[in-house]
Amino acid sequence: MVNLEVNLKGLSLKNPVMTASGTFGYGEEFDDFIDIDRLGGILVKGTTRHHREGNPYPRMAETPSGMLNAVGLQNKGVENFCNDIYPRIKHYNTNILVNVSGSTIEDYIETASMINELDRIPAIELNISCPNVKEGGMAFGTSCVSAASVVKAVRKVYNKHLMVKLSPNVTDISEIAKAVEAEGADSVSLINTLLGMAIDAESRRPLLSTITGGLSGPCVKPVALRMVWQVFRAINIPIIGLGGIMNAKDAIEFILAGASAIQIGTANFIDPQVTVKVVEGIKEYMIRHKVQNISDLVGALEIQ
Amino acid sequence: MKKLVQDFEVLHREELNDEHFTLEIRAYEPLPEIKPGQFVNVLVENSTQTFLRRPLSIHFVDYEKNSIKLYIKRIGEGTKKLGTLVSGDKLNLVFPLGNQYSIPSSSKTLLIGGGCGVAPLLYLAKHLKEAGNEVTTILGVRSAIDAVEMDAYKAYGRILVTTEDGSLGDKGYPTQHSILTNENFDYTFTCGPEPMMKAVARYAKEKNIPCEVSLENTMACGFGACLCCVTPTKTGNKCVCTEGPVFNINDLTW
Ligand SMILES: Cc1cc2nc3c(=O)[nH]c(=O)nc-3n(C[C@H](O)[C@H](O)[C@H](O)COP(=O)(O)OP(=O)(O)OC[C@H]3O[C@@H](n4cnc5c(N)ncnc54)[C@H](O)[C@@H]3O)c2cc1C
Ligand SMILES: Cc1cc2nc3c(=O)[nH]c(=O)nc-3n(C[C@H](O)[C@H](O)[C@H](O)COP(=O)(O)O)c2cc1C
Ligand code: FES
Repeated sequence: MVNLEVNLKGLSLKNPVMTASGTFGYGEEFDDFIDIDRLGGILVKGTTRHHREGNPYPRMAETPSGMLNAVGLQNKGVENFCNDIYPRIKHYNTNILVNVSGSTIEDYIETASMINELDRIPAIELNISCPNVKEGGMAFGTSCVSAASVVKAVRKVYNKHLMVKLSPNVTDISEIAKAVEAEGADSVSLINTLLGMAIDAESRRPLLSTITGGLSGPCVKPVALRMVWQVFRAINIPIIGLGGIMNAKDAIEFILAGASAIQIGTANFIDPQVTVKVVEGIKEYMIRHKVQNISDLVGALEIQ
Repeated sequence: MKKLVQDFEVLHREELNDEHFTLEIRAYEPLPEIKPGQFVNVLVENSTQTFLRRPLSIHFVDYEKNSIKLYIKRIGEGTKKLGTLVSGDKLNLVFPLGNQYSIPSSSKTLLIGGGCGVAPLLYLAKHLKEAGNEVTTILGVRSAIDAVEMDAYKAYGRILVTTEDGSLGDKGYPTQHSILTNENFDYTFTCGPEPMMKAVARYAKEKNIPCEVSLENTMACGFGACLCCVTPTKTGNKCVCTEGPVFNINDLTW
């Protein structure tokens, strides 16, 4: 039997497959399609201190092998999450992680400390990389100083597993990774979406209400893989890799580049059953390659 | 109602005119109950230009044949590819998605469709008739050759046409049809280009009768996971794919 279990600095996953925030709702949206308990973990929607209506429509544009989104963190706020949503989803027998976003350091602190009280949430993913909000968001994740300051502040109030989600919209992602590691992050997830843009030539208008948006899907995979590889060589905490994973082969590539676990985002829209298929596919790969423990594959890229 | 991901087999493609065609597809497993106004999200395979699924209204359901009919307008890569499918080809669907039109009883109902917005109206007409309503459908098209499937609508009530060039029925847009001034209705349903639906909504407000519209916002998932498809409503942004596509105009900010 192959062993798919992953230990992310104390956070244990039954397998390395998680879902990416903002692409998996609160999990419930997928109940008809899959048994969520079969996943290593789910990341719920980006959650902020206060209710956010998000950006105006249109919020989405298809691109070759991918899509741009400008949802802008639409959510009802952390109080609503704790009181209404959490009781509804806490029965899932998998790790439920909340993606925490904010515009100010105080927002992050307040949201994280409220989530800290929820028994069935073993970890948060600190989103310092959302390209779709004007203030805060990605701004925190694009300089070492500001990334370090958010992580430092949240670390003081949050005592469970602290995952930090990194932005690819930087010159050197490994510098940011080192900065958040130094402030006590338990793991890093990468990448968030790449800042992009789409234009309708006929009407001469942008396709998104916000003009620019976040690019995701298979078109970003080579960039994401490269960044996982760079960060793997720079830090000692576990990496959760994502960006364009569509199948088990893609997932294995991220693990070989240095990811201890992976997240699947946009692919859920095309095949709402993709996550459980990836779990099966990883198992099949391990059997075929006679790999006993998934951890043996992490960073096992062979370079002469 | 449980949502499914399933392969279907293409039974038949019928070309209606240069732009429009219908695709009749059969499920391998018994179809679930499908409500008028619901849609499917189809996977267009083997093209990097069609990464996301394409949402399409359910035009008709034949439970005896275990089949669904789609009514499609060729506008881009995806719909053009669908227009090359032949009998025996496979098509992967996520379905049934969205809410449904309300079905009143013993009412005089008016259905107004334009462009490929007519797609959900045929199945709606059937349900309305079966619930004891009187059904009048107005199809707004450019020219006589676009007035397709008239006999299918006739089976459920009266069918009227407006053409932009006056080659059939009343000349003009469907909201300019003489019947709107000559008769009174209890309920209106519409689907089509937004300016047309807004005109129908104005008519319904004037007459003080309920009006339901079906929106076609661009979608990424189709089942409530991405929040890309929202429309503003009086109670905040709502997902067109789960809380719509059918909305009562009183809930919208129109
Ligand atoms: C709930 C719902 C039901 C629908 N039902 C039907 C139906 O029954 N029959 C039918 O023919 N079509 C229907 N549509 C529209 C259909 O989904 C699009 O025409 C299709 O996705 C276009 O794909 P394509 O690859 O051919 O064109 P693309 O290459 O994707 O698009 C061509 C052009 O059309 C624009 N476009 C594409 N989709 C939309 C949209 N939804 N709204 C506005 N502009 C758009 C694009 O921006 C582009 O400029 C429905 C849409 C929704 C959301
Ligand atoms: C519609 C949509 C909404 C997203 N919302 C969030 C979010 O709220 N918080 C976040 O950290 N990332 C968000 N993301 C980014 C994804 O979690 C992920 O980092 C990115 O899409 C790359 O992975 P993928 O290519 O597998 O989708 C969103 C992505 C999409 C497509
Ligand atoms: S299309 Fe994803 S939520 Fe409606």
